[in-house]
Amino acid sequence: MIKAIEVSSLGKTYDGVVAVDGISFEVEAGDVFGFLGPNGAGKTTTIRILTGLSKPTAGSARVLGYDIASEIIKAKKAFGVVPEQSNMYDELSGLENLIFMGQLYGMPRPEHRTRAEDLLKTFGLFERKDSKFATYSRGMKRALTIAAALVHKPRLLFLDEPTVGLDVVAARSLRAIIKRLKESGITVFFTTHYLEEADILCDCIALLVKGKIVAIDTPARLKAMAEEKPALEVSFKKPLTKAADELGRRLPGLAVVRVDDRIRIYGGDVDIVLNAILGYARENGTQVAAVSSLKPSLEDAFVKLTGLSPLVMAAEKGGR
Amino acid sequence: MWYENLRSIYYIALKDMKTYYLKPPAISWGIVFPVAWILAFYLRNPRNFEELVPGLIAMTVLFSTTAMEVVVINFELRLGSLERLLLAPVSLSGVLFGKILGGTIFGLMITAVITLVSVLSLGFSSVNILYLILILLPSLLVFSSLGALLCVLVKEVFEAQTLANLPRFLMVFLCGVFVPISNLPPVLKQISYILPLTYTVDGIRQSFGSAGDIAIAIDVVVLIALIPLLILPATRLLARRFV
Repeated sequence: MIKAIEVSSLGKTYDGVVAVDGISFEVEAGDVFGFLGPNGAGKTTTIRILTGLSKPTAGSARVLGYDIASEIIKAKKAFGVVPEQSNMYDELSGLENLIFMGQLYGMPRPEHRTRAEDLLKTFGLFERKDSKFATYSRGMKRALTIAAALVHKPRLLFLDEPTVGLDVVAARSLRAIIKRLKESGITVFFTTHYLEEADILCDCIALLVKGKIVAIDTPARLKAMAEEKPALEVSFKKPLTKAADELGRRLPGLAVVRVDDRIRIYGGDVDIVLNAILGYARENGTQVAAVSSLKPSLEDAFVKLTGLSPLVMAAEKGGR
Repeated sequence: MWYENLRSIYYIALKDMKTYYLKPPAISWGIVFPVAWILAFYLRNPRNFEELVPGLIAMTVLFSTTAMEVVVINFELRLGSLERLLLAPVSLSGVLFGKILGGTIFGLMITAVITLVSVLSLGFSSVNILYLILILLPSLLVFSSLGALLCVLVKEVFEAQTLANLPRFLMVFLCGVFVPISNLPPVLKQISYILPLTYTVDGIRQSFGSAGDIAIAIDVVVLIALIPLLILPATRLLARRFV
């Protein structure tokens, strides 16, 4: 089966500044592939190269089997692109915008109107189909921009920072749309700097820092890379100020730290640790309120693999 | 492939007509400005106005097409919607030609109205329609292409409008719109021969039955030759924005 995207040693240099530094990766057909990284990592540059808006200075890439250097027009017929900016035409209505897209992609006359109306219904915009794009809310503009990229029934959809600037409800709705696209068999390649978003949506994630891919794998495997020692977190019904010190003495060799009114214990045999906790609670006349095992998050994996703070990502682009 | 490009060019021009023809910069520079000049000259000296009509029609071609290029290119460069077109399966030159065609059609509409009103109201009896068409069509394409070439150099609408004014006014004063080029000093006369509006004015003048400085066949050939000479660098400059 042809890979949806095959990238080999792709590089891009602007005036001596390296934006993309010899990256290689493959995207399986039908997958949701996330390109995760902070601003300036090279995410948008990569999308621009793969969609023919920019030319690479090194390496090669094939999109849906087409060489982007020599067959980009053929490739464009088979993929859709949702740019970071919702750049439809303010002066045209939602319906007119979609019909224009259908015309550009060469859809036959009766079909592009039917398709446009179907998409407006799918994206909950049918009631506003005759309103000018300029009058749409930010979420509606985003939805129409995605609908426009789907008019010609692409097999692959590129989305550049799809949820940037959206409120929580609109972002959630958009994530549901991406899941539906995957269910319908469309390959989705999207860039984001929202760790949670990538974790929820992606089959595979590439972590990109300063133009280089530092890790590429499934979210579960990336998180496993961050897992060094299992950790338990416990809280008691009665706050015990010396619990961390006391449990540390009872569990030699383990790291025991207090986090607010909770105690975290890293490593060791779970049975031994639990017995120690229960014994300590009994001796001090209280009970265990809650105990949970801590699994590493994608954030932990990101920190470990990139050496960057997740705050760097959250602070960018009005991060949520 | 070529058919698909042609189809996209047609739809881009159609969309531009629908989207931008009523934009204020298009109306003010493309319609109000040439009409105001024509009225000003008519009110100042109605008796000799007929002599000025060919030059004023040529000026209308120049201003209407270049004003529209500013709108159809720079509005989209600023808003990023030009990229939207480039993401579709159409070549960059196809996108640019669609934009040029949009400006050409706008110019044709305005020029046709001005020409008809002039001919009917002033009672020109010996207008050679074939000559007029042979001169006006390539002229509309030339000045649309010139507008496109200037517009891809800058991003903002006001920058493009300012930049376009330099060649516009240079040509208005040196290409025989108000003063016949035969009356110009030799140095300026040489300059006028490298400016496309000279051939438009001269050709329209001959279409209206007056004597010209250049053979009309040369006017037509020069104008047609200028079209690719302007479109090619415009395409290259636009491509440089997307390297």
